[in-house]
Order: sequence, then C-alpha cells, then structure tokens
Amino acid sequence: MEIFGIPTQALFGQLLIGLINGSFYALLSLGLAVIFGLLNIINFTHGAQYMMGAFCAYFLLTKLGIGYWWALAVTPLAVGIIGMVIERLMLARLYKLDHLYGLLLTFGLALIIQGLFRNEYGTSGIPYALPQELSGGRNLGFMFLPNYRAWVILASIVVCLATWFMIEKTRLGAYLRAATENPQLVQAFGINVPRMITLTYGFGVALAAFAGVMAAPIYQVNPLMGADLIIVVFAVVVIGGMGSIMGSIVTGFALGLIEGLTKVFYPEASNTVIFIIMAIVLMIKPAGLFGTQR
Amino acid sequence: MFSNRSIFAAAPLAVAASLAQAQISDGVVKIGVLSDMSSLYSDIGGGGSVVAARMAIADFPTKGIKVELLSADHLNKPDVGSSIARQWYDVDKVDVIVDVPTSSVALAINQITREKGKAFLVSGAASSDLTGKACSPNTIHWTYDTWMLANGTGNAIVKTGGDSWYFITADYAFGLALERDTEAVVLKNGGKVLGKVRHPLNAQDFSSFLLQAQASKAKIIGLANAGGDTTNAIKQAAEFGIVKGGQNLAGLLVFLSDIHGLGLDKAQGLIFTETFYWDLNDQTRAFARRFAAANSGKYPTMVQAGVYSAITHYLKAVEAGKTDDGTKVIAKMKELPTDDPLFGKGRVRIDGRKLHPAYLVEVKKPSESKGPYDYYKIRATIPAEQAFRPLNEGGCSLVK
Amino acid sequence: MSAVHELAPRAGGFAHQRIAAAVMIAFFALAPLVAYPVFLMKVMCFALFACAFNLLIGYGGLLSFGHAMFLGTAGYASAHAAKAWGFPPEFAILFGTACSALLGFVTGLLAIRRQGIYFAMITLALAQMVYFFYLQAPFTGGEDGIQAVPRGKLFGLLDLNNVWAMYALVFAVFVGGFLLIHRAVHSPFGQVLKAIRENEARALSLGYDVNRYKLLAYVLSATLAGLAGATKVLVFELASLTDVHWTMSGEVVLMVLLGGLGTVFGPVVGALIIISMENYLAQIGSWVTVVQGVIFVICVLTFRRGVIGELGRLIGKPL
Repeated sequence: MEIFGIPTQALFGQLLIGLINGSFYALLSLGLAVIFGLLNIINFTHGAQYMMGAFCAYFLLTKLGIGYWWALAVTPLAVGIIGMVIERLMLARLYKLDHLYGLLLTFGLALIIQGLFRNEYGTSGIPYALPQELSGGRNLGFMFLPNYRAWVILASIVVCLATWFMIEKTRLGAYLRAATENPQLVQAFGINVPRMITLTYGFGVALAAFAGVMAAPIYQVNPLMGADLIIVVFAVVVIGGMGSIMGSIVTGFALGLIEGLTKVFYPEASNTVIFIIMAIVLMIKPAGLFGTQR
Repeated sequence: MFSNRSIFAAAPLAVAASLAQAQISDGVVKIGVLSDMSSLYSDIGGGGSVVAARMAIADFPTKGIKVELLSADHLNKPDVGSSIARQWYDVDKVDVIVDVPTSSVALAINQITREKGKAFLVSGAASSDLTGKACSPNTIHWTYDTWMLANGTGNAIVKTGGDSWYFITADYAFGLALERDTEAVVLKNGGKVLGKVRHPLNAQDFSSFLLQAQASKAKIIGLANAGGDTTNAIKQAAEFGIVKGGQNLAGLLVFLSDIHGLGLDKAQGLIFTETFYWDLNDQTRAFARRFAAANSGKYPTMVQAGVYSAITHYLKAVEAGKTDDGTKVIAKMKELPTDDPLFGKGRVRIDGRKLHPAYLVEVKKPSESKGPYDYYKIRATIPAEQAFRPLNEGGCSLVK
Repeated sequence: MSAVHELAPRAGGFAHQRIAAAVMIAFFALAPLVAYPVFLMKVMCFALFACAFNLLIGYGGLLSFGHAMFLGTAGYASAHAAKAWGFPPEFAILFGTACSALLGFVTGLLAIRRQGIYFAMITLALAQMVYFFYLQAPFTGGEDGIQAVPRGKLFGLLDLNNVWAMYALVFAVFVGGFLLIHRAVHSPFGQVLKAIRENEARALSLGYDVNRYKLLAYVLSATLAGLAGATKVLVFELASLTDVHWTMSGEVVLMVLLGGLGTVFGPVVGALIIISMENYLAQIGSWVTVVQGVIFVICVLTFRRGVIGELGRLIGKPL
C-alpha cells in the first residue's frame, strides 16, 4: 500500500525517525526556552555549550576513564557551573540594558568558545563510542531501530516533562516565574533573586550540555557541531513561544515530524522548512504558538 | 603586508651569483601556501600544507636560488582568498600560490593568477573544471579531481560486483557534480542506479536518508558529499547496521584525516580512491615520519603530500628554466617529467592535469591495524594514464 | 537601544562633524598612495554597508539580524547582469541596488510590524531562507559563486580594469552613499525616526504613521546595503555565498557596535578596524573568530559607545 508514492512501511519508518529527531530538538531547545522564558536572555552561547557538553563527555572518557552513564550526570554539572560563572561575571551587568545586548554578548562568547576549541581540535571530529549497553538494535519490521535512538526518545521525554513540571507546577518554579516578572517584590519577600537567576541560567546551560552528551555517540564530536544547530533551535523556541516551556517541547517534536516528512517528499528543503514556518508564525502570532506577548 | 614568512636562504658554497639570479624576480622565489587553516578543511590541508611546503623547500638542493615562504588562511571564502591572492601578487610579489582547498576559492585564484601571469599549483581543490573549461596556462591541478574520484571509485567497485547503487548526495554544486560523474561511470560499466536522495549541506542527521538507502536494497550506497557530512553519514550508517545488513558504503571524497576522526570501528570496510598513502613504500614512510614529527603527530593526507610534490617540481622547473615568471615556469613543469618520493613517476599534461597513479583503498578492521594511521588496505592500483579524464574530453581551450 | 540616546545629534554645532568628514574623505582619497588600493576599496564597501546598517539600528532602533541578504542579493544580481547579460558597470550596480531595494520592501512589509527581539528573529529567518535559495539556485553557481565578473567600461569610457578608475568609482559611491545617509538622518524624516525610536506610542499619538516611517528607513537601509554589495562585486569580480551567510550579518553588527552605534562616523571606523584585523590576522586565521568574539564581549560589557562614541564623549560633541 502506498501513500503519495511512498510505501506505508517506509513512511512509518520515516515518521519514527522524525519523532526521534524531534525529541532531540525538544531536548536541545529546552535549555534555551528556560533561559529566555524565565530570564529574558537570548543565549546565543547555547550551541557552544552543547558542544562543550559533548567534549566534556569525551574528556571524561579519555582522560578520567569515566563512561557515558556517569558523563550524563557529571557533564551538565560541570558545564552548568561554567555557565553560572559566565552569568555572574558578565551577563548580570547587562540586565538593566536592552535585551539585545545580552544577545550580542552571548554571540561573542559563542565565537570565542568555538574558536578556541577549533584551534585545539580541528574540525574533522573526534570519535565517541556508543555505550555498550545501548549498541545494536531491534528490527521492528518496518525499519531497524537502533537501541540508542530509542533511548534518546525516552530520555528526552523524561527530561522535558520533568523540567516542565518543575517550572510550572512546583513552588520553586513559581518563585522563579515570579522573580522574573517582578524581581523587586520577590526580593522584598526575602528570596535571593540574583542567586535564583544565576541558578536558572546554570540549569539552562546544563540542559544544553546534557543534550551534547546525548549527541556525542551519534553525531561527530567536533567544535562546530553547535554552530549551525543554534539557528534551528532558535527557530523552535520562537515558534513554540518564547515564554513557554511546553511550547518548545511540543514544537520540537512537531518540527522533527515535519522535517522527517519533508526529507521524504522534498529532501532539499528540509533545512529551510523550519524558517518558513518561523516566518509565518512570527507574522501571524509573534508571541509564538503557545506564548504570551511580553 | 600580512603573511607568515619563513625565509629559507640557500647556502651556496659559491658566493658568485649564478645566472639564475638575474631572471628571478627580486632575486627571490616567493611561494605562498593559501589554505583553510581554521575550518572544514584545516585537517586536510591547513597547517600541514605549510609543513609540507617547508619540507619541500628544505629538501630541495637549492644551488643558488633563494626561496621565501608565506602562508595565509582563506577561511573557505572566495572573497577572502581572492583578496589575499591579489595582495600577494601585487604587493608582496609572490610568484606562486599553492594548495587552496575549496573549489570556489581555487576557481577565483585560477582567474587572478591568469590575469597576472603568475603560477598556481592546486593541491586541495577538487573541481575538474580547473583542467576543463576553466583551464589556464598558469595553473596545474595536482593531487586529485572529481573525475578521478568518480572514475576510480566507481569503476573499481562496479567491476568487483557492486553493480547497484543508491546515492546520498549533498545538495550543492560539488556534491551534484560528484554524483553525476559517478553515475555516468556506473552506468557505463553496466551497473544500475536504484535511486538518489539529496540532503542539505551540513545535515547533522542522516537517519532518514540512510533508511531510504536501506529500503532501496542497493548493494552500494554512494556518499557524494565531503567532510562532516561524510563522516556523520558513515557513523550513523554503522549505528543503523547498514554494513551488517549487507550493503557497502562508497565514500566519494574521503581523506586520511576523516578516517582518523571516525575511528576504524565505524569506518571499516569503506572503499574510496586516493592518490597518496603514507604506507605505500619506504620513501613515503620516511616522509610521513618526518612530517608527523613536524605536524604534532598527524600523518600526511594526500593534499599535503601534493603540496610537497608540487613545490619540488616547481623548484626544479625554476632552476632548469632560470626564471620564476609564472607562465614560463608552468610551461617548463609540463615539459619536465616528474619524479618525487611521494607520487613516483608521472608527468604534467598540456591542460594542466598532473598525472600519477591512483589507489583504490579499503579501510581496515580495527583488528587489522597495527598502530595509529595504519588504516588502509590497497585493493587496486590505477595506472596514471587511466586514472584521470582523457585529454580530449575536458573542453580545455589549451588542447588543440 | 539605550546607549544611543546619549548621542542624539543636536541642532547646530556641526563644525566638528564637518571637520571629521573632511578627515575621512582626505584619508580615503590619499591612502591608496601608500596602502593597497584593493584593500581600501573593500573597506569602503563595508563601511557603506555598516553605515546603511547603522541607519536602521542607530537611528531607527531596529536590530536586523539578516542584513547580509541585501548585501548578497545586490551582489548576485549585479554580477549576473554584468556577466550573463553584459550590462555596463553603472547599470549593473543600479540593477543590483534596485533588487535589494525590492527585497527590502517585501521583507520590510513582513518584518516591520514586530519589534525588538521578534523583529530580529524575523529578519534572521528571512535571511536564512534567502541564503538557502541562493545555495540551490543554479544562476548563483552555488558555493562556487559567480566568478570572473567583468568590470567593464564606466559610461562606455572609463576602463574599470585600471585600478585607479575603479578606485575613483568606489570612492564616489562611498562618499555619495555616506552623504545620502547623513542627509536622511538630518532631515525631517530623520527627526520623526528619532522620535519613533525614543517613544513610539507618543509619536503614534501625534499622528505619525509609525509603520510607514520604519518601513521607509528599512528600505533605505536595504537599498544602501545593496549599493555596497553591488559595488563590492565589481571590485572583486566575484559574487559568493559568503555575502548572504548569517555570519556576515553578525559581522556588520560587530562593525557598527565597535565603531559606535548611532554615531555618524562610527560604522566607517568599525569597518576599517574589522577589515584591517581580518587582513592582518589572516596568517593566524584560526584566531580571527576568537578575536572577533573577544571584541564583541568587551564592547558589550565596557565599551558600549564604541570607538567613535567614546571619542565623541571625550571631546564633548557627537561624532
């Protein structure tokens, strides 16, 4: 049986792949959404921090013999701490200014970080092996699904939902959201707002690094791995709604599916389709599909 | 104005200036290595090309010719490259430019070199147009080109049973050219092309395209792309069990540095064509060891070896012709047969194409490799006269 | 952006600006005697591009993250006209500029209705689409670009292959473009633009069609960016994808930021510094992006007024 000239079996395979990629996009945009949604900072360094996560996993493996599973826990912490240092030393000074300065600062930082790594490691990429427990796959009939990809979907969904829950449904999340809407008032209540902001930024960065570790076994670990991805991630966050965590998650998955379909029917456009959607959404509903205008 | 200079003065025992000095412009032969030092192709050419150039100059028995070396980074951008080339030719009096990976930059420099009557030795770029419709009496295309890659790999694979192909192509001029040339070879040899899919440049994720390739059941999946796209595709192909499922990958443009970046685990079984491998014979091995010592332990790619070979032959021609005028030296280089420790015996054709043998290689399994960079098995040797496009097929105006 | 407010040009007291303008013109007129003319022509083209960008952000308050699409569109149009259709140089440049103006109008209609970060993101999205279009369109030659663009004879008389003739043309274009921008900024149009930037609601309540003014500023900026792009293509005889890539959009932001947002001469100085730096650092090319990043960071943190802005503050008058 065929749909639009593609046998259904093959189509299901492509849709599943689209879903897998979508879960990866959702995970990747989560950090950016948290930072923009809560702090109104446009973190252009996100791509570089994602790359640092992948490299950190590589260092842990080759220099300290720490494997993938530990790297998943250690890397976000390590890179997150670096992120917090950046926030304290540099970003904090820009809060009273136009938000576009934050964008420019993080853009500059991204150039520095990527440039330094590239000087050191070249651009051919560094191999990082699939963890033993997740190698291989199973034949689902309509396609061969590598175990690692199944793990990616699972981990993404868990992390995305946990983050969303924490921010939208817990008291800590409520404090955070309040602190960004009205910092003076919340500070008056005795909550250390600057510290919360720093921690939030660190958390967003940690999410980026986590995505980097997830990516290391399947994409080549190289200094430019975040550079082109960052634009796509931005598009996801903008479409989803720049204040909305759930918006980014849903858009990430949706984008994966749409891109997957585009790859089957008109693969040359699979890079552009997201920007077309972004331009359309921005024109009709600039706050994004799930966002609220600020 | 802005380049990295290393001055290699000959140490002639004879103090008297030889006749050679009189016709060498400014008394110095200036060689400029223009490469990608910081981005996609920095491991393929880059700093290693500069190392190779230094070695070529040091190894050449200079006998009274003073040689100076400059280098710069063209950042893979044609406008940066052409600015640097113009400045080098006009202001710094550079006589010859070497390397230049990235065909778009090479084509621009080809044009400028011709306008100014200098010399251009291309090692890094791939476009076979450089000896075709863009051929010039001031340019020699060394190392490799797209025709050689397509024919070497395509021919050899079809003859050994890989007669059904599926292409995963990068959707830009280079990828499309590679796909078109390889498809022509496959069909000419009686093979079939079962399908093709075009992916955007720098696609990170190939799972969708690999799935389509798997569904086609073609025996060979041809990767008409380069750099990060190729390595990503290969890595993910391993993940999806493509090779285990009985299909083979054919890389159409792969370098030693790519294999190093991938690791044998993922790259094993890959088949492609190169014109130089460090482990061919004692001379290449000796070169590689010296090179690695000067290049942070990285072994030479064919592009870097090409730089060495091209400069060696260039200096020979300068010495023989007693001039460094670009057009004349290139003509001399076509006159003299080539013989260097890296590419063996060969010659330069009238259309500027350097001829040397090509090697069909297969990547070893991890268990077969005895050390770092011990990556290839040589499956076949393609003789020099057959490896490159026949003279009359290129559309070069210099061929009468 | 707030830093600009301090530097609003005051009526009267323009003598120092005229002096600065004279210095700038003299510099570009005399420098080719000592420096490499092609390098200077590149600086002038980018200076014009930066000035055009500054018009939009410094005076209009709109950060466009996709200005490269105008530089590149005019470049490709002009190159194609000169090479494939045999246009003489003056028409090729005009054609290229017109194409950018048209693109500016269309994208402006789409983008102007939003502000701030949303505006920046729309321009980025549109620029990316333009980039991918050019990547695949056959006439652009993809990553090879359009090579061997003929310079031709200006007005049928002046052979532009002569470097001095070409230099004179680029110089004229640059000075002309610069003066045009200056005129626009100090006209009633410029005043309304300033009012909109400082308080849009009030300008709206005063009866000004705010969107129309912003669109006009946007199209003007796009047109002049196109002029820079079309001229640059004739200088280098080459049109390539670099000119439409998003990193080019980032570079022009850097030039204007470094030179001084909203200042008259800042973009020129910024372009001069950045292009010179790229030239001088070409030998250690791998460090160029790091240095650019460092400059970005330093400028944003402590040097927000930029070179000319700080200079202006020192002498107490806006430059």
